[in-house]
This record gives sequence, structure tokens and C-alpha cells, in this order.
Amino acid sequence: MALDQDQVRKIASLARLQIDDNQISEYQTNLSNILHLVDQLAAVNTDGVEPMAHPLDAVQRLRADVVTEENQREHFQKIAPATAEGHYLVPRVVE
Amino acid sequence: MHNKTIAEISRDLAAGTYSSEEITKDLLTRVSKLDKDINSFITVTEEQALSQAKAADANRAAGNASAWTGVPMAHKDIFCTNGVLTTCGSKMLSNFEAPYDATVVTKFNDAGAVSLGKLNMDEFAMGSSNENSFYGPVANPWDKDRVPGGSSGGSAAAVAAGFVPGATATDTGGSIRQPAALCGVTGLKPTYGRISRYGMIAYASSLDQAGTITHTAEDAAMMMNVMAGFDAKDSTSVDRDVPDYTATLDNSIEGMTIGLPTEYFRDDLSADMQQQVRNAIAEYEKMGAKVKEISLPNTHLAIPAYYVIAPSECSANLSRMDGVRFGHRCEDPKDIEDLYCRSRGEGFGEEVKRRIMVGSYALSAGFYDAYYKKAQQVRRLIKNDFVTAFNDVDIIMGPVTPTPAFKRGEKTSDPVEMYLEDIFTIALNLAGLPGMSVPCGAVNNLPVGLQLIGNFFDEARLLNAGHKFQQATDWHLKTPTGI
Repeated sequence: MALDQDQVRKIASLARLQIDDNQISEYQTNLSNILHLVDQLAAVNTDGVEPMAHPLDAVQRLRADVVTEENQREHFQKIAPATAEGHYLVPRVVE
Repeated sequence: MHNKTIAEISRDLAAGTYSSEEITKDLLTRVSKLDKDINSFITVTEEQALSQAKAADANRAAGNASAWTGVPMAHKDIFCTNGVLTTCGSKMLSNFEAPYDATVVTKFNDAGAVSLGKLNMDEFAMGSSNENSFYGPVANPWDKDRVPGGSSGGSAAAVAAGFVPGATATDTGGSIRQPAALCGVTGLKPTYGRISRYGMIAYASSLDQAGTITHTAEDAAMMMNVMAGFDAKDSTSVDRDVPDYTATLDNSIEGMTIGLPTEYFRDDLSADMQQQVRNAIAEYEKMGAKVKEISLPNTHLAIPAYYVIAPSECSANLSRMDGVRFGHRCEDPKDIEDLYCRSRGEGFGEEVKRRIMVGSYALSAGFYDAYYKKAQQVRRLIKNDFVTAFNDVDIIMGPVTPTPAFKRGEKTSDPVEMYLEDIFTIALNLAGLPGMSVPCGAVNNLPVGLQLIGNFFDEARLLNAGHKFQQATDWHLKTPTGI
């Protein structure tokens, strides 16, 4: 399936990716080619085939609901771009 | 000392032929002299390596040595290393000093291994040529104008160049086997769930698997003895006993039935390549193995299914890279939306952005059934092909790649052409099966790999078959000239 330029902009926005205007047409070509490649799947008869999420059909393990990790907030926040008083800082969201 | 195997180094250290500090220094010197032409390392951790080596020598002197004590190696830069830069080949993580160790890293540290540093790779493990790294392309030691393969290109090139005798690597669609084949080294991708993914930066979680790159199958077995096993910290890790992979290396392979998939020997494979792979199989017949032609009829659907599943999972996994808690953040964001979009737009390279966008599209409202669900159904058909085949054969063999190493820049203009590079490797990841690449020949002086495919958790058989081949041939001993 071929994408138009507005669709490419829409997808970039959904994915929270800034794409320069002068690159849109290159993305349009490449993404359309990739979708064309995967379009081969549409012709396959998969009636009654269970989708496969894990090669060994394993399911999530459960464990007892107990604390297993100690708090390492300072350690983890050392690598953050901006923090204050134990919080991560971002531009103002609520006026 | 630079062309020694892990097994040889382990024996030499035990015999006192040289110390861990001596060989570590020797290899560090080799890296500092020669890696500027190869670019296999992103970070060399010289100080830590020397302190690990000294500690290993002290442990040995105190009588506390095991097979790995003081043996040098290196990690693909996808594995988190506490306090050490862990970039995943991306600008996004170019300032990321991981706050913890991956389970695989912990296991090698606990075994007494010496890590020389972190190895180059395609950004977030997306690529087949190592041309997608923020830290620049890696050169193939056999011909520096050619690619080493990817995404574990740094791991394969570093072993081929004699910088380390073994390296960790990861394989989501062929990222261990393909670079191993193109660099003339041995690569093992184990069964999905065999090795912990904890601390291994996720690309496509249902396909990603850690493994090994070494000169020999024997060394791969030694690495597997350290890496394999259940880990409660990885929810997809499989709780199953781990054998001693070195114990069965010398088993006879007489009577072993090798399946040759018709679909792997068609026009995609040049006559030259086909000849090398057939010669290798003839070698197995000489050792008493039997050959049986089989069919994997859904082979042609593996690449299309992969390019729905992997991008979908990557679009979800990489949403954590948002410029808030770690990694790259853009300058002066005007609002939260701008912070997300510019941090991600600036931090990710082109191929990563493409795959995130394909995945976002495939998972968007109204398309889920047509893409993701459909691909997961096709995935089961692909797995069933192998399940059926393994009713009749013990092991499957074929090529790893359609061609030997190609020139840098040759396939960068069309992503789809690059994707076709993984035509023989990608189905295993979808099925979750183990696979191995063993050097088996050369075309125009460039290495060719033989792919061994095993049933679930049959790594010991792959290693046994690889080892027997390497006892009978010397392709794995050949080293590139000019490095």
C-alpha cells in the first residue's frame, strides 16, 4: 500500500517523531516500499490459525506480591536530563 | 596471543604460560593500534579491564580459578553495564551510563572474565551492515571496504580481527549469524528464552535473543555455559535445566539426519555460494551423516511477517526514549510535545525512525488485524513448517547469507534490498529456534557461513555438529591478512 505525504506526517506525529519537511517524500517512498513488501501477507489463508505471541506459547509467570526492589531514586535520577527534589522536570503541562 | 581461542587462553592461564594481565594488556594494545581502521569498539574500558585482570590473577594465585578466570572478551553495546556508557549505537543513548548490569554481564563478571569494553552495532540492533551506527560504520577485517554484517558487526569484526577471542551479541532477525558468516567466525543464536534479556536493550521483545560470537564451536559452548539459564528478572526467560555444553562436543554424528530445505537452495543463492555450502554438507556425509531433502513452504513469508512484528514491537519498546528520564533531550523545548518530538527526531537515526513509523502505522486504529494479528498468524505457519520438518530430521542446514560481504554503501539506498539480506536467517527468530553460523568456505577470498538449525533447546547438538566440522576442516582457523 502506498502512503501519501499527509499520512506520513500523521504517522510521524503519532510516533512523536519530528521529521523535516524536506525528508517527507523520502520517508513516503521508503515506508510505502516496506508496506508493499508486507502486503504479501494479505494473500495468505490464515483462517483458524491462532496468532503466535511466544515461540513456546509461554504465558506470564506470576509471583508473590511482595517488595523485591529497594528504592534507588537518586541513583536512577543521576542520569536524567533534568530533575528537582526527586521529580523529573518537563515543560509546564498544566497551566 | 591475539589469535588464540577462549579454550586455549583458559588452558594457558591455568598452566601459567602468561597471566591475565599480560594477555589483557597485549589485546588492549592491539585494539589501540588497529581498531581505528575497523571501528569495532565504541568504548574501551582499559582501567576496568586491567583491574579485572589483576583480580583474576590474584584469585588464581589463591587457588580460586575456574575456566573463565582472567579470560578476555567484550560485550555488544546493547548490554547495560553499570556506570559504563551503554549507547546501543545511538545518539539517543550517547550520554547513557547504565545504572545497572545486564544479567549476561553479571554472569561473565561472576565467572571471572575480563571485559575489554563495548562493541559497535547498528543503532538499536536495526540493520544488516553496521552502517546504521551513530558511531560510524564498522569495517570487515577481510576487506575494509566491505561491511561486517549487522547488527552485531562490532562483535564479529572484533573477534575476526583478533581483538578479543569472544564477544556477546544479539540476534533478532540474523544479527549474530549474518555478521559471523561475513567475518568468518562462529556465531550462535540460542533458543528464544534460553538466555536472559534483562538489561539487554529491547528492540523486538518476542524475537530478541542473546548469543555468542567466537572462533570455534568449542568456545561458543564455553560462553553458553556462562550465559544460559533461567532469570526471574526476565518474564520471557524459560525455566529449564542447562546442560554442560562442552560435554557433548565430541559425540559422534554418525547416523545424524540433516534436512536440506529446497527453499534455501534456489535462485537467491549464487552458484558459488551454493557450491561452498554443498561442499560443507558433503563433509558431514563423510562423517556418516545422512541427508534428506525437506520443504519449508512458508519461507518466503518470513521477511514480510518480520517487518510487521519487529517494527510493531520496536515502536512500543522505543517509546521509553522520550527525553525525560535518560538519554538525549533537545535544547529549549517549548512544550512537552516539542520535547518528545524533537528529542526523538534528533536522537534516532533514519532506519530506527522508519521502523518506529512502520510499527506505529501497523498498530494504529483499524489496522491491527490486517497487520499485526495477520503477521502473528503467519508466524505460527512458519514455526509449524519447522515442527513438521523436525519430525524427520535431527538438524537442518543451509546457507546463512545470499552473498559474501558486500561493499559499504552498496545497499543503503533501498531499505527493502537490505532487508532481503536476512532471507535465510529471519524465519528462525519467528519460530524461536536456535541457529548457528560456522565458517565453511570462501568466495573471492571472502568468508562464507554454513547455517545449522536445531530444534528447540538443541544448542548442544548444534555445538556438537559445529565442533565436529571444525575438527575436520580449517575454515575457522583462517584469519584476515592486513590486520
